[in-house]
Amino acid sequence: MKQYLSNYERFRPLLYELVARDVKIKYRKSALGVLWTLLNPLMMMAILSIVFSNLFRFDIENYSLYLLAGQIIFNFYNESTSGAMTAILGNAALIKKVYIPKYLFVVSRITSSGINILSSFCALILVMIFTRSELHWTIFLAIIPLTYLFVFSLGIGLILAALTVRFRDVIHLYSVFVTALMYLTPVIYSISMLPNWVQFIVKLNPLTGILTIFRNVVIYNTIPSLLVSGATVIAALGIGIWVFYKQQDSFILNL
Amino acid sequence: MSEPIIEVDHVSMKFNLSSEKVDNFKEYFVKRIKNSIKQDEFWALNDINFKMNRGESVALIGLNGCGKSTLLKTIAGVLKPTKGKVTVRGTLAPLIELGAGFDMDLTARENVFLNGAILGYSRSTMKEFYDGIVDFSELGEFMDVPIKNFSSGMLARLAFAIATIGTPDILIVDEVLSVGDFRFQEKCEKRIQSMMKKDTSLLFVSHSMEQVQNICQRAIWIEKGSVVEDGLSAEVGERYKNAYNPC
Repeated sequence: MKQYLSNYERFRPLLYELVARDVKIKYRKSALGVLWTLLNPLMMMAILSIVFSNLFRFDIENYSLYLLAGQIIFNFYNESTSGAMTAILGNAALIKKVYIPKYLFVVSRITSSGINILSSFCALILVMIFTRSELHWTIFLAIIPLTYLFVFSLGIGLILAALTVRFRDVIHLYSVFVTALMYLTPVIYSISMLPNWVQFIVKLNPLTGILTIFRNVVIYNTIPSLLVSGATVIAALGIGIWVFYKQQDSFILNL
Repeated sequence: MSEPIIEVDHVSMKFNLSSEKVDNFKEYFVKRIKNSIKQDEFWALNDINFKMNRGESVALIGLNGCGKSTLLKTIAGVLKPTKGKVTVRGTLAPLIELGAGFDMDLTARENVFLNGAILGYSRSTMKEFYDGIVDFSELGEFMDVPIKNFSSGMLARLAFAIATIGTPDILIVDEVLSVGDFRFQEKCEKRIQSMMKKDTSLLFVSHSMEQVQNICQRAIWIEKGSVVEDGLSAEVGERYKNAYNPC
């Protein structure tokens, strides 16, 4: 254990550099640069809220805000896990030639998505101010669901990264899976609109729990129970670490 | 006497030949059912055993495909040996393939910090080394150019300059001196020799016997994954040359 920690300490600068690289490359040569992380969710929210409040007439109070909160959580999950999935594959050149703890690549992809979610969160606060919704002190508790989300995505990301090295099919399969998952997460709709048996399925999705906590503390000024989600998240991380650890020595043979 | 800095203890390395590489579900399950995931084995290293002391300079020689690079990779920790154990006591600076950590989209300056971090140096340490790197690589006016626009010689210079910063305990050099013009090769050789004076041990792979005999005291001759001979570089080098030189 001690050895792992000192190893991490040695490679912490690398984590920083990898995250900086991801962010730099993403916005290089775009005129507005990092501002896009703020603009992008706002524009998406505008489109979706126009579509869904006129076309389907969802009866949800302050729908734009409701939608944006859902989008932030889901987009982070989507972006970070999809990034993590190819983290090992994409850095094959490096892994084959120098010794680097391999989980670092997964962590760096998740972290660089984490930077995006922070600025999306600013977008959310802007929308709250703009729509004159009340800002409650519980908004500071948003750090809890966001941490859950980070840890959960890390766990899933580790599993995906390890599987993708073994089977490239995962990349294609996962994009379908994510689309399905989006409809199984109450991003655009509210869970109470669903028939009972669908509600049951939607509640099995760990993202639903995290999103519900997030909306509760940010929009509704209530503090929900954190226990079930917390346990799920830790289980996801545990499985992720286990799968990754078992697989990592054979990565180089399959790259 | 102090403990050896590198200990290679009965190391063997097995590869499954990639003709049977299974990387999608369908193949995997079909093969699983037929029970025919063929284990076409290839032993790249066969019970390699040697020790290297602090301050020593050792050359690995042998024909292409004899296992030199695989051995270096197991020492660098990139590959985990199938059998046996490698113990390294000290910091490693691997020059196994120059520029492995380069990101082509970043500028030379950004790559300096990225590569430094790969070697385990923090940003502030790298700032101290920065001028030295620019100086050695002679790329002063190109530091803000994305390195995808660099020539291979420029890349090699930059990579070598980064890889040899500081005073690592062990320097691993794998045929990288064959790049660049002769003037730069000389410069690299000088740099390596000055590092060795500072008590850095050297593990060196080259096909040029001249370089081997110039730089190293000891040579290990490897053939088909096994050690053939281990001794003074002058003697082993001579015999190696004769073995493959019919005239």
